[in-house]
Amino acid sequence: MLIKTRNNGFHHPVASEITDRQVYEGRRDLLRWMAVGAAGAGMASWASRQALAQVSGVVQRPGKLAALNARPSVVDGAVTMEKSTSYKDASSYNNFYEFGTDKADPAVNARTLKTTPWTVEIEGLVKKPGRFGMDDLLGLSPMEERIYRLRCVEGWSMVIPWVGYSLAELIKRVEPLGSAKYLEFVSLADPKTMPGVRSGVLDWPYVEGLRLDEAMHPLTLLTFGMYGEVLPNQNGAPVRLIVPWKYGFKSGKSIVKIRFTDKPPATAWNKAAPNEYGFFSNVNPSVDHPRWSQATERRIGEDGLFSKKRKTLMFNGYEAQVGQLYAGMDLKKLY
Amino acid sequence: MNRWLSKRLAKTVWLGVSLLPALWLVLAAFTDQLGANPAEALIRATGDWTLRMLCVVMAITPMRVTFGIPVLARFRRMAGLFVYFYVVLHLLAYSGFDMGFDVADIAKDIAKRPFILVGFSAFVLLTPLALTSFNRAIRALGGKRWQALHRLIYAIAVLALLHFFWMRAGKNNFTEVAVYAAVIGALLAWRIARVLGGKTS
Repeated sequence: MLIKTRNNGFHHPVASEITDRQVYEGRRDLLRWMAVGAAGAGMASWASRQALAQVSGVVQRPGKLAALNARPSVVDGAVTMEKSTSYKDASSYNNFYEFGTDKADPAVNARTLKTTPWTVEIEGLVKKPGRFGMDDLLGLSPMEERIYRLRCVEGWSMVIPWVGYSLAELIKRVEPLGSAKYLEFVSLADPKTMPGVRSGVLDWPYVEGLRLDEAMHPLTLLTFGMYGEVLPNQNGAPVRLIVPWKYGFKSGKSIVKIRFTDKPPATAWNKAAPNEYGFFSNVNPSVDHPRWSQATERRIGEDGLFSKKRKTLMFNGYEAQVGQLYAGMDLKKLY
Repeated sequence: MNRWLSKRLAKTVWLGVSLLPALWLVLAAFTDQLGANPAEALIRATGDWTLRMLCVVMAITPMRVTFGIPVLARFRRMAGLFVYFYVVLHLLAYSGFDMGFDVADIAKDIAKRPFILVGFSAFVLLTPLALTSFNRAIRALGGKRWQALHRLIYAIAVLALLHFFWMRAGKNNFTEVAVYAAVIGALLAWRIARVLGGKTS
């Protein structure tokens, strides 16, 4: 039984840290005032973007791709109330090295990705291995909308409304053997359609991994869409993983194979730089990356150039839901 | 070529062209053309332009000698000052956008992150060069000492490259680093070859 005290519990802000309502609303007034143009024509474009984004918290379909209907998720912690990042930012600022290392590259280069036909192969320590076509996967469980924080290891973050269902649904279907302890997620590596695969940036294909209990956690999302539509290619179409309490690179894109193993998989970034990217890579503000601090993050599209970065939360704010998975582990060593 | 470059207008044109990247960045920032993360884009772009200006200033002497354009020497001071101009913008962008102008945070960051320390050292070393760029400083120091001081630029170039290399190392993304290293390497090699050949100036 865990008794949460102020010392070890989830860090809710104390009352004195909560922004006064008047101040909070005053900021919006200021933005609107600037949007009118009083602060100069230049600043207006930025301010109006902010003011418009504040109009409603409802996720609006961008109308770019096929709709993917979903009901709001009832999983604990699955729907943050924070303002979602704009679709434009979320689909134009991507790390998907198979399509280039610049964040603008995937949106340009991922057009060549062929997402149909697509199969996901399940192999390894399971009772029912096999190949799942996209129709099988899409119909396997009802689609849910989950609004997650996404924290990149590079120090920026977004809030994205994903569409999918808990990976646990698929795992239960294939019946892992008792010896299965880890899952390995393999992304597509097709040199014909993915220019980055020809470069030596990483050891392709991109491989990520989770412990079985992490993979079974209801927040771990097998993801097919975002913003009410199917995934754009640059965001990992047609099916990807989202593990919201870990740095973004743990969530593999365009997945073609899931292997159940008894040993921790050799993951792409861990192989490339083991002292920088651990197997767990849980979001942790107190364990710095060797080359930069992880204590703060820049929320993309939020506020002005000169606003302070926000504080990064333990497990990206999902400590209440996932903290018990790591009870007793030294997270400074097992980063 | 020599005649045109010795005109007063040539210096004005050089000044205007060197300012263009900065003007473009300001315009792009105000018209929301810097993508999803404008702060990062500004920090990176000012760093890129510092490196480019460094290449330009280091290319002047080799160009002057190789192609016989003595008048190019007129532009060396301005080109050098533009290296400093862009590095100051780079430092300001980092201090402001990444650190919120929090001096204690910046000091901690410099101590903690080797690649920031290297970049900051390059800036510190460049400062006396910018401060001694005017004629009276040259006279006060005497030509020999002034030149010795300004040879610091070679060390600065190496530090700047290391700073850039380290920044990109996390992504194993060295294509651009290799381009700058090749340019700066060639410009340094030209000087070494000249020293070895006994044709120092």
